[in-house]
Amino acid sequence: MSYISTDSEWTFELLEAYDSEIKRIAKRYKLDTYPNQIEVISAEQMMDAYASVGMPLGYHHWSYGKHFLATQKNYQRGAMGLAYEIVINSSPCIAYLMEENTLPMQALVIAHACYGHNSFFKGNYLFKTWTDASAIVDYLVFSRGYIKKCEERYGIEEVEKILDSCHSLMNYGVDRYKRPKPISAEEEVHRQEEREEILQQQVNDLWRTIPKGHEEEVEKKQRNFPSEPQENLLYFIEKNAPLLKPWQREIIRIVRKMAQYFYPQRQTQVMNEGWATFWHYTLLHTLYDEGLVDEGFMLEFLTSHTNVVAQPAFDSPNYNGINPYALGFNMFQDIKRICQHPSEEDKEWFPEIAGSDWLETLHFAMKNFKDESFIQQYLSPKLIRDFKLFSLYDDERAAKYLVDAIHNEKGYRTIRDNLSQQYDLSYREPNIQAWSVDLRGDRSLTLRHTMQSNIPLSEDSSEVIKHLHSLWGFDIHLETYSDGKKVKDQSCPDTHE
Amino acid sequence: MSYFIDRRLNGKNKSLVNRQRFMQRYKKHIKQAVSEAINKRSITDMERGESISIPSQDTHEPIISHGQGGQQHRIYPGNKQFAAGDKIDRPKGGGGGSGSGKAGNSGEGEDEFSFYISKEEFLNYIFEDLALPNMVKKTLSTQDEFETKHAGFVTAGTANNLSIIRSMRNAHARRIALSAGKKRKLKALLLEQQELEANPDGFKHHARLLAISEEISVLKSRIKKVPYLDTFDLRYRSQVKYPVPTSKAVMFCLMDVSGSMTQDIKEIAKRFYILLYLFLQKNYDKIELVFIRHHTSAKEVSEEEFFYSRETGGTIVSSALKLMHEIVQDRYSASEWNIYAAQASDGDNWDDDSPQCASLLSQYILPEVQYFSYIEITPQDHQALWHAYQALGKAWPKEFAMAQIKEPGDIYTVFRELFAKQPQGSRQGESA
Repeated sequence: MSYISTDSEWTFELLEAYDSEIKRIAKRYKLDTYPNQIEVISAEQMMDAYASVGMPLGYHHWSYGKHFLATQKNYQRGAMGLAYEIVINSSPCIAYLMEENTLPMQALVIAHACYGHNSFFKGNYLFKTWTDASAIVDYLVFSRGYIKKCEERYGIEEVEKILDSCHSLMNYGVDRYKRPKPISAEEEVHRQEEREEILQQQVNDLWRTIPKGHEEEVEKKQRNFPSEPQENLLYFIEKNAPLLKPWQREIIRIVRKMAQYFYPQRQTQVMNEGWATFWHYTLLHTLYDEGLVDEGFMLEFLTSHTNVVAQPAFDSPNYNGINPYALGFNMFQDIKRICQHPSEEDKEWFPEIAGSDWLETLHFAMKNFKDESFIQQYLSPKLIRDFKLFSLYDDERAAKYLVDAIHNEKGYRTIRDNLSQQYDLSYREPNIQAWSVDLRGDRSLTLRHTMQSNIPLSEDSSEVIKHLHSLWGFDIHLETYSDGKKVKDQSCPDTHE
Repeated sequence: MSYFIDRRLNGKNKSLVNRQRFMQRYKKHIKQAVSEAINKRSITDMERGESISIPSQDTHEPIISHGQGGQQHRIYPGNKQFAAGDKIDRPKGGGGGSGSGKAGNSGEGEDEFSFYISKEEFLNYIFEDLALPNMVKKTLSTQDEFETKHAGFVTAGTANNLSIIRSMRNAHARRIALSAGKKRKLKALLLEQQELEANPDGFKHHARLLAISEEISVLKSRIKKVPYLDTFDLRYRSQVKYPVPTSKAVMFCLMDVSGSMTQDIKEIAKRFYILLYLFLQKNYDKIELVFIRHHTSAKEVSEEEFFYSRETGGTIVSSALKLMHEIVQDRYSASEWNIYAAQASDGDNWDDDSPQCASLLSQYILPEVQYFSYIEITPQDHQALWHAYQALGKAWPKEFAMAQIKEPGDIYTVFRELFAKQPQGSRQGESA
């Protein structure tokens, strides 16, 4: 076989040639993917895509403009190369290739995004459960159109106000346990109209002020609302906030849907990037082994691959947290190693996978885990040693940090537990729930923050309460509980001063 | 199945609307930054954009997250010498933050959100909604600046345009035309005369000879009468005037530097001049600046001297107006230059002088200028000059404007007021 190319200039024919070879090899490795839609774009367009979180179309909001300006500035100053890939969880799976890239880079992106990420989107349980790849683009079209209509009807400022508020609560707009059913855009429009009418009736009923019979009142007094605490704050507000107009409820719903769509991605960063990086590495190496690409190609590819998976040490000026590409890639490589060449230690730690078929094991890992459980399950002592991980215990009551585990026999499990916890969204984000509404009195909404390990809320929370207040329309109380005791109380409007 | 789509030809400005929304939202900040920049820059240094910084607190989008404190575990890579049980000093300045692996938190933490606006945007922020007063007057439709161009030769003109070569050539041709026939005849007669005289029995032809010599002398005198150079021969180089769009402007900065003008007042005035300069720069290719300062007498000075030297003494405003008029007469003909003038003062003037100023303006200056603006920078009541000028505003509504500035904050609004867009209708018709 001869090389597919020896030049670094790309053409559409060459891209197609690479794609079909990579596809052939991907099939051999049982990568199951959505169809690919590969779009060649310019650097400016890449900045656009960047600014809109990779969404091919989104509603307009100043915050995206802010992202764009920041991206543009960094790019122009040369402080940042553009990410060479953006891929969208949709079917067909949309991936962007930047025009400026060389041919080896384009091949790398095709392998990484179109076969790596793509198969992850299709295979991972979180994505399967929570997102519907075939409906997302339709929904984006619907939401963009709807918000535009609202802007025309109610003014940009009004819409912006409600979007600002919703964005501040976006992370509290997801259902963690219930699964939404995907629907098409047309259906969405139809349902939206129905919802408007019905919802308004229900809400009004909840807040009825016409006096009723005596017995009913007594009953109502004892009734707690909501009957159970609600963790999806945006949903709770959308359904129950007394003063919102139907269109405002619909906007809350749109933001909620977007949050839900991104929810799996937020939980699988390490896995997703690790998986895609593992596969671009493996696929392109296979191309080389088959004699389809030359050494020049491999050198260029390996240069950028090495940059991607670099993990600076904690004391390096380049340190910016644990690099999900590095951790994920090395974990998948490590799993493969454990399957193929297990050491005694591996056999002791991973008896169920040591010596098993590596491809099967890798696919199983990709499908059934999220970052937190993936690390808990597969982070090996060898990798902890390779990364020289250590765990720092920061207790505000102590004058100094405590190194409570390092990469040794005694520390492996602690490090694995702590690292896993670091990726646990429910641990990473404060636990706040809609607790009760004073139905009979001032209609105030009380939220309860349950502290974990005495970690307080950031200062932002007072700002967020203001947003909550503007959505709810009546007083907001945020109570912080630690070990069942109330330790802090915030309100909007502020009653403490 | 994979599809390749070439999207490069699609618009690249997908983020344009969002960018505009952002700029709209932070207009106040941007304008603030722009006006600070104006303060720092020199009048002529406007050929660049500006880096705008907005406190990140203001552009921050709050979300609920964990703060510092409590008990937290964090995992770091790259251990070098730590052993379990080691205690480490807390880093100064509270670095670290919770959950260093958090993607959502990266990139934050700068104190300022800064970005760059282009020169055009920079200027647009200053000149939003403004249009040059009476600009139509000097636009293509009614130019009154001309450029002379050669357009061949004509028979009439002034002596300095006489084309000697052309004239001599014409004279030569005319002389040939008028005398050639006669000369030919003369030649023939002379030949005949010679022959007859040489003839031995020429006496027979005596009568003929007499006739010939008669004819010869007539011809000779006729030939002699053909003028060497006739007015008819003269040719002049033709100079035709072509109208060209006016693109030159001169800006007169007039300022009172008497003892009563403090540095603060001068600073305000400077801002005003800068804005005017910028504004002209946007509309004209070439702008000259003339700085005239005055107390009891006026003097043309450099920019540096204009703004930063101190004088004491009384104030006679008319001296500056006179000097301006002289300079205009001398160097800036109104047909060639668009003349703008901005006068700044604290309003003080020698009492008898104010009416004189008004009459100077209305007689000599206002007919020549595009625009004359007067700003009175004083927190107090209007002074004599103001009252004298007030009538001018009515008589010359398009050319003259005045306003009072009380504090630095007013300057921008005043500037806008002075140059506020005039309704389209009022500009028509007056250009003749």
